[in-house]
Amino acid sequence: MNNQKDKPILEVTAINSFYGKAQILFDMTLEINPGEVVVLLGRNGAGKTTTFKSIMGIVMPKDGKIRFKNQEIQALPPFKTCGMGLGYVPEDRRIFSRLTILENLEVGRQPARQGRSPWTAERLFDLFPNLAERRHQDGGNLSGGEQQMLTIARTLMGNPELIILDEPSEGLAPVIIDQLSATIRKLKEEDVSILLAEQNLRFAKRICDRAYLIYQGSIRHESPIDTLSDDEYEKYCSI
Amino acid sequence: MTSNVLEVRKLAKSFGGIKAVNNISFDLHQGQLLAMIGPNGAGKSTCFNLINGQLSADRGTITILGKKTNGKKPRDVWKLGVGRTFQITATFGSMTVLENIQMATLSYQKRTKSIFKSVPRLNQDEAMALLRLVGIEDQYNRACGVLAYGDLKRVELAVALANNPKLLLMDEPTAGMGPAERQELMEMTSNIVETRKIGVLFTEHDMDVVFSRSDRIIVLNRGELVAEGTPDEIRKNRRVQEIYLGVEPI
Amino acid sequence: MGFYIVQILTGLSDASALFLVACGLSLIFGVSRIVNMAHGSFYMVGAYLAYFFIDKLPHGPFTFWIGILLAAIAVGLIGLIVEVFLLRRLYHTPELFILFATFGIVLIIQDLSRWLFGAEDLLGQQAPGLSGSINIMGSYIPQYDLALIVIAPLILVGLWLLLTKTRWGILVRAATEDREMSDALGVNQTWLFTSVFFLGSFLAGLGGAVQLPKGGADLLMDLNIIATAFVVVVVGGMGSIPGAYLAAVIIGELNAFGILVFPESTLVMMFLVMAVVLIIRPYGLLGKEEAPERGDTTASVSIIRPASRKLKIAGGIFLAMILVLPAVASTFQLVLMTEIALFALACMSLYFIMGPGGMVSFGHAAYFGGGAYFAALLVHYLQTPMELALFLAPLLTGGLALIIGWFCVRLSGVYLAMLTLAFAQICWSIVFQWGTVTGGDDGLLSIWPSAWASEKTVFYYLTMVLCIGGIVILRHFIFTPFGYTLRACRDSALRVDSIGINLKRHQWVAFAISGAFAGLAGGLYVFFKGSIFPDEMAIPRSFDFLFMVLLGGMDSLFGPIAGSAAFTWLHYTISRINLWQLILGSIFIVLVVVLPQGIAGSIGNRLNKYFTESS
Repeated sequence: MNNQKDKPILEVTAINSFYGKAQILFDMTLEINPGEVVVLLGRNGAGKTTTFKSIMGIVMPKDGKIRFKNQEIQALPPFKTCGMGLGYVPEDRRIFSRLTILENLEVGRQPARQGRSPWTAERLFDLFPNLAERRHQDGGNLSGGEQQMLTIARTLMGNPELIILDEPSEGLAPVIIDQLSATIRKLKEEDVSILLAEQNLRFAKRICDRAYLIYQGSIRHESPIDTLSDDEYEKYCSI
Repeated sequence: MTSNVLEVRKLAKSFGGIKAVNNISFDLHQGQLLAMIGPNGAGKSTCFNLINGQLSADRGTITILGKKTNGKKPRDVWKLGVGRTFQITATFGSMTVLENIQMATLSYQKRTKSIFKSVPRLNQDEAMALLRLVGIEDQYNRACGVLAYGDLKRVELAVALANNPKLLLMDEPTAGMGPAERQELMEMTSNIVETRKIGVLFTEHDMDVVFSRSDRIIVLNRGELVAEGTPDEIRKNRRVQEIYLGVEPI
Repeated sequence: MGFYIVQILTGLSDASALFLVACGLSLIFGVSRIVNMAHGSFYMVGAYLAYFFIDKLPHGPFTFWIGILLAAIAVGLIGLIVEVFLLRRLYHTPELFILFATFGIVLIIQDLSRWLFGAEDLLGQQAPGLSGSINIMGSYIPQYDLALIVIAPLILVGLWLLLTKTRWGILVRAATEDREMSDALGVNQTWLFTSVFFLGSFLAGLGGAVQLPKGGADLLMDLNIIATAFVVVVVGGMGSIPGAYLAAVIIGELNAFGILVFPESTLVMMFLVMAVVLIIRPYGLLGKEEAPERGDTTASVSIIRPASRKLKIAGGIFLAMILVLPAVASTFQLVLMTEIALFALACMSLYFIMGPGGMVSFGHAAYFGGGAYFAALLVHYLQTPMELALFLAPLLTGGLALIIGWFCVRLSGVYLAMLTLAFAQICWSIVFQWGTVTGGDDGLLSIWPSAWASEKTVFYYLTMVLCIGGIVILRHFIFTPFGYTLRACRDSALRVDSIGINLKRHQWVAFAISGAFAGLAGGLYVFFKGSIFPDEMAIPRSFDFLFMVLLGGMDSLFGPIAGSAAFTWLHYTISRINLWQLILGSIFIVLVVVLPQGIAGSIGNRLNKYFTESS
């Protein structure tokens, strides 16, 4: 138990994933240490979303290993992966539009995890004050920014130890992105590890510790975000 | 004097008491790229859908090429000479790239109910010319269902040009593309627009694209038009910085 | 005055069982996206089991109600078993195949019920203390009807509380909207589906059980109720439980009063109401417009290519074989081939709207049977010669399809499919109930071809010319601008609208064309058989056609021909056996489970590859 702090919380080792016959991921390998905020940078179609879906079990990798808290999860369905403490925030937010904010949060609720104080709706409303005043409104009536907050809050209700965020800044106004980076920094203080996918380098630089560059389904470069050179970024993230 | 392809006057639309679009007026000239920006929920989509006919306005008028379009359906708006591209591409996945363009030209010639000739022989040259214009002629025989996203965006543009439009409505034309790809697509668009004297209204989240490619910008917030001007004017506008651009320098 | 009050109350009590069935159907569809054809069968089994339990339990003051509750629970468990052992294996197969598996269950339950409970209608037991009647201003209403009136609103309130106030209910609503997301949020979907299936089946069983004292139990209950339940769901709005109640009440009242106005066919009233509702509110009274489906659509991305050289040669050989067949085949084989050709044309017409058109019809028998009845009626009443009848039948059927299609194309996907089934059931009921004109159950007899075509070989050639001609014309349509436009409408409604194409009008025309060609097949069929019965318009016949198309595979333009040949042969082989429906149903299920990718579809795909020119 003691050395868990030193070991990576998530290790993805050489997974290959397919959509139908098309191979999307090629020996994808990455790891996240506890408390880290790591970004997966890459252009559209590079395989970021497929990586996340493979980790969650929404897409089953054909081979390779995924270890979360030292247990193999590559063959587990999403609800079990989630139950182990892995939270997923999808790119398109996927709010239940006919459920109220409170009901959306209820869907995400999971039992508390040992050694952590569980998230409650009230605690989340402190973090996202905008949501508090609209708690009885249907999710479908929220603005894009509010939906992004709600989808993060909903995932937090599962008391995750690691959150996977797929392009959280996509489609948000710059001012909302400012709020979002503040939120992610707060989550880091709560000792939640974070893996996110981004195309927005500026945003990633504000919040992340380390970056992976993904290109055509595999990792091509890894470095601390501070030392990530523009050349490397241009090489894999632009045409 | 340049002529207006689009005139919007005092446009208003409410949903259940909430004013989604409130008293908006603006013009769009031939050959001009006009960007519409604003925070989420500002009314961009509503405004866009009012102009393309998906929604009908509560008040105000929309005039496209001198004709009022209030209450017209999208397919009738198209007939006035309006082309559209979508935020999430909408193409015919079971057809080849070429056939997608042929469909648009067939519709332009009012031949969609014809049951005599077989499609593969119709309008090939015209369709190929459009594909060359957007630079994907080498992919003409591939199914749209298996095309890369960036190429689909080009197919959409070619489809939108099939009826020789004078007004192009582009909803998030670069959404889902890489940074360099974005600039390339928009550069191509502005070239086509210039040579064909088309007016373009587009919404866009990528501020790099907006400020480098548009001739004028209108900014919406809470359903109202809060600023209009050249990219430079908008960049310096305090109010726009407050509600949209934020403190980070662009 | 009393009379009208009693009619109103009767309508309300009729609505109860209907509501229970429809809301179960709606719940199951919402969460699992399965259109459970067997839902009507669960209703029927509920009635039979209630009869059985009340009969066998020791008599006491509560025997009746305990029997009803036991029956409902038992049906719930049957539903649970079906979900766990069959449907759970199928969630990743295309929706149409799952639908087929559930239709297999319909056939199996039908034969099992006949075997266990006999073919005689059963008269239901009376509820103790509620067997009398109450006098309302001079008119009488059974006391039990009043009990039924109370049951439905109680269930409605109970369900509403369950769905809005419990965690289970919130999870069900979340899964209804987005299964994959609620899975990723830690909700075990398997368990949720099973529980919803149990509840839905329980409600269907309860519906069948509570109506026992009123309607008894018989073997026609299953398909009758499923068609009506589809109407209730479409009128009330899919997924809306209050909508289901409202629609059930409307339909119930219509039946109660319709029988006074137009006793021949109360279903015609249902048609009118459905028509009005769909014009005003296409998504039902309390329904909301469906959000566009998430994720990849299942629409095929296979592009179509004109016939290659190889294919043209293969076609030529095939035609030559058909030409020389009478010289070598027995009369039986010739008759079989004639029948296959007739069904192949009907299937091709169905394929035309299903494949390129993207509109699944659950009621294609209405046009096949419609053409047959139009031809038969023309001959029977007007002594029309065969040639003219064969010309008019497709035109009249096309007209019928034009009327029905006008409503159907306002909807899409599964709603459209349900609507086609409901319309087909209405057509069937008109033919079945309007005995004075159509001969009802006895059918119309002695409809023979003209003298020159009465010989089997000549009729064979006539059929081949018309059917192959029809198939070739339909295939040609697919390659014309009209056919391409249809596919465009299927692929992207948004895009066709933005390039000036009127989607509904094209779909409507396609629907009518399809109906006309099915009508031609039906017209020929009646001269081929010499008679026509309402069965040719009934739901099982519609499913035969669907099965043939699916059997042949949706990706190949030649699928319909292969499918009808395979099915007709299969049908001839097993239809002489006792309990053949049970066998056919089992075959449906086994094929779907073993070959989830489409039965001959995979073979067809390979053939297709062989016949397309490599580009």
